[in-house]
Amino acid sequence: MSQRQLLLLNGTIVDPARGIFAPGDVLIQDGHIAQVGTRIRDMAPEAAREDVAGCLVTPGLIDMHVHLREPGQEHKETIATGMAAAVAGGFTTICCMPNTVPALDNETQIEYVLTQAQREGTCRVLPFGAITKGRQGAELAEMQLMHDAGAIGFSDDGVGVASAAVMQKALSYVRMFDGLISQHCEEPTLSGGAMHAGITALRLGLGGISSASEELMIARDLLLNQRIGARYHVQHISTAGAVELIRRAKQQGQAVTAEVTPHHLLLTDESCGDYNTHYKMNPPLRSHADVEACLAGVADGTIDVLATDHAPHAAEEKELEFDRAPFGIVGLETALALYAEALVKTNQLNWLKLIGKLTAAPARVLKLHDSGSLAIGAPADITIIDPNKVWKIDPSRFRSKSRNTPFASRMVTGQVRMTFVAGRCVYQATD
Amino acid sequence: MNPADTLTEIAVPQSQQWVRGNLLTLEELNASEINIILDTARALKEVSTRSIKKVPALRGKVVVNLFFEDSTRTRTSFKLAAERMSADIVDFSVSTSSVSKGETLRDTARNLVAMGVDAIVIRHRSSGAPNLLSQLVECSVINAGDGSHEHPTQGLLDLYTIRETFVPRGKALSDLHVAIVGDVIHSRVARSNIWALSKLGAKITLVGPSTLCPDSFSRLGVTVSSDFDAVLPTVDVVNMLRVQFERITSAAFPSVREYSRYFGLDERRLKLCKPDVLVLHPGPMNRGLEITSPVADGPASAILRQVSNGLAVRMAVLYLCIGVSSLRRS
Repeated sequence: MSQRQLLLLNGTIVDPARGIFAPGDVLIQDGHIAQVGTRIRDMAPEAAREDVAGCLVTPGLIDMHVHLREPGQEHKETIATGMAAAVAGGFTTICCMPNTVPALDNETQIEYVLTQAQREGTCRVLPFGAITKGRQGAELAEMQLMHDAGAIGFSDDGVGVASAAVMQKALSYVRMFDGLISQHCEEPTLSGGAMHAGITALRLGLGGISSASEELMIARDLLLNQRIGARYHVQHISTAGAVELIRRAKQQGQAVTAEVTPHHLLLTDESCGDYNTHYKMNPPLRSHADVEACLAGVADGTIDVLATDHAPHAAEEKELEFDRAPFGIVGLETALALYAEALVKTNQLNWLKLIGKLTAAPARVLKLHDSGSLAIGAPADITIIDPNKVWKIDPSRFRSKSRNTPFASRMVTGQVRMTFVAGRCVYQATD
Repeated sequence: MNPADTLTEIAVPQSQQWVRGNLLTLEELNASEINIILDTARALKEVSTRSIKKVPALRGKVVVNLFFEDSTRTRTSFKLAAERMSADIVDFSVSTSSVSKGETLRDTARNLVAMGVDAIVIRHRSSGAPNLLSQLVECSVINAGDGSHEHPTQGLLDLYTIRETFVPRGKALSDLHVAIVGDVIHSRVARSNIWALSKLGAKITLVGPSTLCPDSFSRLGVTVSSDFDAVLPTVDVVNMLRVQFERITSAAFPSVREYSRYFGLDERRLKLCKPDVLVLHPGPMNRGLEITSPVADGPASAILRQVSNGLAVRMAVLYLCIGVSSLRRS
């Protein structure tokens, strides 16, 4: 019995789902949370003990936007290396996007990802299926079969569903089984560039991706979904106009949720000024005004979820000419500290709210009833965070197979110390 | 041999103040650096008038013309410039190399370095490719045009031609108003001109259809107009850009006919200009589109003089970046 009991002592219990931020202990038993509180240590005199004084004890973090690259691009990342990176970043549940090669657009592919993840076993992996066959935007993929096979939602991420007619059908179709549509919002006829369409792009002679491209697709989808009422989520929001569209839709009572990434809260398009491809992402880094609007959107609840859009690429792929290099950066192992820098350090959010947007909020969007809280009886997915630990981001220490980050050598505050999945310690910081 | 000694017969003023091994952009140069290049070019221009058109300044140096885009005139100009300075020059063009087999710029660069070259002159369809190359190699990198970004030696030869024309008339660059006309957004020539001219104090107006010359350029400190006729009487120089059909992804203007009606330089428009106006074009021209033949071949045009000056400017750039800068390094 004692083997299966673990007491986390002297930490600060952070459980946003119930608004708790207080000193206390957590008792884990048989992979589940058995007790949470201040007078529980006598209940389990035989339990193994871990002193987590000075640390936050939070529900396991959930990242609803990750690229694991398997199958097809295992030189960038595999399901196994992505999972290792996830738990090192404090994430116990990650959702992987279906833009693999081939795309996750049928139940066999969904089952493949689930099987691989289960074999690895370090954290929970919930695959998204494609909305359309081959992510081509033309014909609906077998979404209900994928749903029944375990797909958590649907997205053509990497591209938006360009056709309004196809999108209307997709929203209507997933309504049958209460499926989630998660849209990469980019109107392709206004896009095709390499960075934000602003003065820096004009100066560098690079093609631009306009803000209107993102906003137009959000506005279109909101309009379509007004009459349908499907679960609709906007991925990696990046413009002031997009934040305002979602804010207004929410005020009018429309069901819509949205996520943001750390880089869209910390960096602007000016960073691309010397053609450094580590600053090339899609959606692109935008202007200062957009960053301010995204921060305000997180603070006032317009943006529900903090995600990473973890997008691994091999070094030689990022070492190309700016317009030829792929979009995206890795994020799993740096997200927590970067979000703390963007939001806690600037007093936009306290730790309780920050953790809420990394746990309870994505659990709500994804309808995960067993994750995102420290409720008694729930699986013991727990992250231990030292909120004051100062450390330097060192890509050579990443568990991810890729190192493409613009945040190398940045000094940050707040570090994941331990990660538990179903009561098992799957990560422990070494220094 | 000391390259500077071999040039003692040619006065190269202030070249010892030059510190750069690369010429990537004009944006990063200051006014005095631009003037050093122009003054050096003026000193070297005389070489082309000799019966033996060669000085030994870069003897033993190896220059590679690394052209990922077709360009007969710029490549030839760099080749002649290197030869007049006695450097060995090798052409490395896409069709005859492994680049067409998918080799990356990084691998190509490493191969060239392994062969021991002193300078790479690069022309590339991607904006920023010379910046990337300069991070991959130790030798000099000279930008011969990258995507829609910059074409520094074109900007310099335009500036040289303007200076050569107006200084004898008692006008400095800061007294001049220059119109840059046409497909500004896709033009590396325009960007290099904007930086060079503005650093030397000239007033700049960009003219073109709003789809190819957006108002946002005004944030670079220039004036933007789509009324060519209104701008013409106020300018000293009209630099007509080539419409780059190859870079325009969707039709930015309704027809060639409509474009040339509003933004082409013809004889009627030339009459709206000051009598001593200077007409420039970087070439190759779309005759009848952005410029008519009578204007291109007429007395106001300096188009062929631009080509001659281009040679002198490129000799100067090679001399400064390879000769002077390597002296400084050693």
